[in-house]
Amino acid sequence: MSVFVITYFGLLIATSCAAAYWNQRGPFLTLFSLTLVSFVLGIVGGAGALRFVAIAAGMIAFAAGISYAFREFLVLITSHNLSKEIKTAPLTASFGMFVIFTYAVAGIFAPWIAPYGESEVISSAFAPADENMLLGADQLGRDMFSRIIYGARNTVGLALLATVAAFLMGAFAGLLAATKGGWFDQVLGRIADIIMSIPSLIFALLMLSIFGPQVIVIIVAVAIIYAPRVFRLTRAVAGNVVVMDYIEAAKLRGEKTWYLIRREILPNSTAPLIAEFGLEFCFVFLLVAGLSFLGLGVQPPTADWGSMVRENATLISFGEITPLIPAAAIALLTVAVNFVVDWMLFRSSGLKEQ
Amino acid sequence: MGDILSLVLKRLGYGLITLLVISVIIFFMVELLPGDIAQAVLGQGATEENLAALREQMGLNDPAPVRYFEWLLGAIQGDFGASIISGERVSSVIGERFMNTLFLAAYAAVIAVPFAITLGIIVALLRNTLFDRVANVLTLTSISSPEFFLGYILILYFSVKWGMFPAIASLSQDMTIMELLERTFLPALTLVLVVTAHMMRMTRAAIINLLASPYIEMARLKGTPPWKVIVRHALPNAWAPIINVVALNLAYLITGVVLVEVVFVYPGIGQALVDAVSKRDFPIVQACCLIFAGTFILLNLAADVGAILTNPRLRHPK
Repeated sequence: MSVFVITYFGLLIATSCAAAYWNQRGPFLTLFSLTLVSFVLGIVGGAGALRFVAIAAGMIAFAAGISYAFREFLVLITSHNLSKEIKTAPLTASFGMFVIFTYAVAGIFAPWIAPYGESEVISSAFAPADENMLLGADQLGRDMFSRIIYGARNTVGLALLATVAAFLMGAFAGLLAATKGGWFDQVLGRIADIIMSIPSLIFALLMLSIFGPQVIVIIVAVAIIYAPRVFRLTRAVAGNVVVMDYIEAAKLRGEKTWYLIRREILPNSTAPLIAEFGLEFCFVFLLVAGLSFLGLGVQPPTADWGSMVRENATLISFGEITPLIPAAAIALLTVAVNFVVDWMLFRSSGLKEQ
Repeated sequence: MGDILSLVLKRLGYGLITLLVISVIIFFMVELLPGDIAQAVLGQGATEENLAALREQMGLNDPAPVRYFEWLLGAIQGDFGASIISGERVSSVIGERFMNTLFLAAYAAVIAVPFAITLGIIVALLRNTLFDRVANVLTLTSISSPEFFLGYILILYFSVKWGMFPAIASLSQDMTIMELLERTFLPALTLVLVVTAHMMRMTRAAIINLLASPYIEMARLKGTPPWKVIVRHALPNAWAPIINVVALNLAYLITGVVLVEVVFVYPGIGQALVDAVSKRDFPIVQACCLIFAGTFILLNLAADVGAILTNPRLRHPK
């Protein structure tokens, strides 16, 4: 019995007793079942398994702490109305906001944060980490850490641009279809059906094989692939607004289509559209990352998370986890955006589940 | 019965038309190339004679619509022309690979479908408990991770650290079925993780949606035991959404398979597609795209037809 194991169980039992004493039913059940599971785990897996549980619990506690602090920070610095909204955010959502904030800082200030340039060769290939290089070098001897920071700018930036393009195209077509109706609506609907019946990755690969892997091709391809989703949602949301009396009144006043879209329909359909933007970003981000992983996205020497995983994959067979860090960065951002979107959908739908 | 039949036929016809339109898109997209295929193959420095000879050999001198119908007729009979890089028949390049991909997808589906649906129903019944919350976070993480991330994590632990399964899924003719299952276990597991997460969430949403309907509440209020509420009242109406969920996710497997095959160097059609795209071997790209899109449409079609056939309202018309 090492000191670690004794402290581990001592802490668990003490906290569960405390929870039981102050009648905290949920925390008590969680802590005490964790204690019971730990007994079994300790016997089967030894101190190693317990250490793993302790590290995982510590990380969750750390994330929860930082999300709590970040939420309070946001409540303090924002205006009165906004801070009321943020106060209701669950911890997962504020964790998501914190991650998005961190990525934004890393992306915007990349040249100042990263110690080296993104294509600067500073040591031998696959050199291990030392005091100069936090995470070691990649397959050409470039600093891995700097490339990850620059990747936040390149990969996320590209995905964001592509999402905006898809969103503008889809939302504009959707609003137009809802206001105009008739054959225009029908034709756009059929086109959207056709595009959606081709798997997105396959369609992107087809376009890239023809026009070559360039950034502009990726943006246009993604915009065409994902615009139909936005189109359908916008059309459905705007379709509900279009039948309202005040739209009829505006039409009778003699307002033009553009005025109707801008002043009457858009302000009444923003909430679901913002949530859709988040979801759309996740899809686009994963698609773009997948394309770069296949070597068909952003071309070297630009630092990009997807291609970094591919280029350094050989390290994995030596038990190194550094090649997985860019992949984890992709996953973390997607999870974060999903958390925030979940909260927004929950708010705008007024609690659908129950 | 007549209603169902006409609905199914209508849906089948619609699927066929979609497939035709997509074949048109896939074929004519290549026509958008600056110059033509011959130019793309030989590069900018090609002489006029060489270009003319290649055009003659590939039959590029016919007008595009004629070539399209020739291509389509060939494709229906399984002949997609010849590769422009190696000159091999496309069907011989991708034929065996297609079977491998189908095997991998089926392997993943056989594990994932029962697993995901059972878990999805359990999570729906236990909604808003701790178990549900944990499952929610886990499935969300799995959906948000790129396939290659999950694949490499599995390689790192199951193959490099613990040495349980091979990291590279190379296949050979004389393998027993057990060897085959062991070799392809990690790629299949990666697909299972992604698809299970999607399927669980969708099943959960469908079941919760159903349990909120008034007739379920009515059944509960008149004192029907809980298991009977599920089996007699909820399940008959749940088949349609569940079939839908399964088919949609099998369709999702199709895109997932491309990335997973590249991670595990699995000799499947997805890898062939990626290779062909980087070499700009258009006949192979077209053939692979048509096969993928066709399977995708077929699965969506199956979902719709399944939903029509299991709809109690259509089976017992008034």
